[in-house]
Amino acid sequence: MTEFSLTKSGSGEDAFLSVRDLKVHFPTQDGIVKATDGLSFSLERGKTLGIVGESGSGKSVSSSAILGLHSGSNAKISGEIILDGEDLLSLSEEEMRQRRGKDVAMIFQDPLSAMHPYYTVGNQIAEAYRVHNDVTKAAAKARAVEMLARVGIPQPDRRVDDYPHQFSGGMRQRAMIAMGLINDPGLLIADEPTTALDVTVQAQILDLLQDLQREFNSAVIIITHDLGVVAEMADDVLVMYAGRAVEYGPCKEILTHPEMPYTWGLLSSVPEVTGDTDAPLIPIPGNPPSLLNPPSGCAFHPRCPHRDKVADDLCKTELPELLPGGRGPGHTKRCHLANPDEIYQTEVLAEIAPDLVKES
Amino acid sequence: MLAYLVRRLFAGVILLLVMTLVVFMLFFASPVDPVQFSCGRNCSPELKKQTEKALGYDKPAVVQWKDFVQGIAVGRDYPDDPELRAAAPELVTECNAPCFGYSTFNTKTVNEEIAETFPISLSLAIVALIIWLTGGVLLGVTAALTKGSILDRGLVGASLILYAFPTFFIGLFALKFIAIKWGLWDKPVYTPIAEGGIGEWLYHLLMPGAVLAAVFMAAYVRMTRAFVLESMTEDYIRTAKAKGVRPRIVLFKHTMRAALTPLVTMTGLDFAGLMGGAIITETVFNFNGLGKLAVDANKVYDLPTIIGLVVLLAAFVIIANIIVDVLYAVIDPRVRLG
Repeated sequence: MTEFSLTKSGSGEDAFLSVRDLKVHFPTQDGIVKATDGLSFSLERGKTLGIVGESGSGKSVSSSAILGLHSGSNAKISGEIILDGEDLLSLSEEEMRQRRGKDVAMIFQDPLSAMHPYYTVGNQIAEAYRVHNDVTKAAAKARAVEMLARVGIPQPDRRVDDYPHQFSGGMRQRAMIAMGLINDPGLLIADEPTTALDVTVQAQILDLLQDLQREFNSAVIIITHDLGVVAEMADDVLVMYAGRAVEYGPCKEILTHPEMPYTWGLLSSVPEVTGDTDAPLIPIPGNPPSLLNPPSGCAFHPRCPHRDKVADDLCKTELPELLPGGRGPGHTKRCHLANPDEIYQTEVLAEIAPDLVKES
Repeated sequence: MLAYLVRRLFAGVILLLVMTLVVFMLFFASPVDPVQFSCGRNCSPELKKQTEKALGYDKPAVVQWKDFVQGIAVGRDYPDDPELRAAAPELVTECNAPCFGYSTFNTKTVNEEIAETFPISLSLAIVALIIWLTGGVLLGVTAALTKGSILDRGLVGASLILYAFPTFFIGLFALKFIAIKWGLWDKPVYTPIAEGGIGEWLYHLLMPGAVLAAVFMAAYVRMTRAFVLESMTEDYIRTAKAKGVRPRIVLFKHTMRAALTPLVTMTGLDFAGLMGGAIITETVFNFNGLGKLAVDANKVYDLPTIIGLVVLLAAFVIIANIIVDVLYAVIDPRVRLG
């Protein structure tokens, strides 16, 4: 059995991106919606963090907070988002605007709706450049053509004048990536960048992202619910549930020795391409919790098949801290179970991938 | 583009032909006998026969329809009976193409009636359009930008109240109080540009224009507000913000472009509808426009005028539709003509 490095890529205050105790709360008439509640992570340049979770777990809300996209809404944001030594949350709206697209860029899920239907692709990419660089329209357009070529659009000098609807889905996402990277941002957030694409195109886009990341040496946060994407791309993984991190550690470590039943559930729900057609897919029972009125104790306890293994109903009454488990300080989890690795090997893995258990 | 236009115009002409046919059939199905009206009170059967022949009502309906369509295409002369025209050439009225008919009631061609009334309706509609469009869009955008504030609620509430007031009430109030009782504004009397210049023309059109615009403006405030708010939640607006685009440019370049496109369609059709549809305003202010002409023609069973106006107004709506569609293709690159 291989030993993995148990140190995460970024640690402490000196990391390129360091998010500390980030809270994004939305006051509503029915109460406070805690979309993100005390999220912490860090990331180095050139590294990739995968944020995984179901819809409504707070993935996108957290990344929008890093970009400062909640200004204008009634969101209450607290904590620290330190990018390259500067707390983004302490910046004024105008200062944050000047960093958006330049130091932090984002690419979105559905590139058709994320691009303006009335402007050409070239216009929209050039706009991203002109916002942050004092150049002529022609120079910005030349730069847009250059970026389109870089992301693999054929005949970029002609396609630059096309409208988004004239591009295919994969090309649109390439164009979005070109738009995101045109100012060479230190941090790129990709919010489910492959969800709207078909699988072959997905692979191309992921490849492209990896290539460009190496070239530009940027830090990448990839938000997804697809563990395949995470396995492919991420150095670190952060699993989110009900606005909180429930497991955090190096990617391979998390995928091979998960210590939180929610992560087990996610792994069990992944179909295996080469698997038997009769092999069971085990969905996580129940639905994601309401963020308005989350369950007491561990938010996952109503759906957790292992809650009875913890004494005194602790799962119902007490929120577990995000602490290192039995695998070293680099791998933290939010769970009361005393021997999670053992339960995973004997109960979960035995059911979803019996071959793996035999091997080890 | 050109092929599309030709095709649309051709389809429009066919539609108009069908319209004239339908209106003609209604004409003959109506219980009103136009001959009786023209013949007058002391009409004898002989006189009636003579009148019928003079006006061409003795011909079969289909032939009359053909004559009407032909009149629109190449013009025609009145009275319809060629013998009568030969006997009294001094009484012949020439009606050049497109000839919409001859009103025996007003003893002039429908074209002349239209020529007198059309500038009034057009002027009124233009002034009203400018008022409701600027007011509606500005206030609607203001309301959207201050969503939830007192200003927004005030604007939405006020437009609802304005929308609920009938035009004749607003019109009569403006006329009786602002113009007559308080003397704040001269009583509007239509003055062509040729007579009083643009200033005078506009001065007299402002009050009826505003009255006509009121109900449209109320509707446009609410529509603009809804379109802008909807557009603000679009993904591409988030993209623009994520690029670091200045808020003002996000609003004017990205949000407005998408929000105001549907207004083009509505504005075009509303404007065309107003050409003959400003009946109440025209009546209240005694402006002899197309709408008032149509109502007056209806009151006295002046069937040729009615038919002529129906065809003309239908043509306006058809043309407005074509213009709006072409304009839409220019604005929205996703729309292909064809």
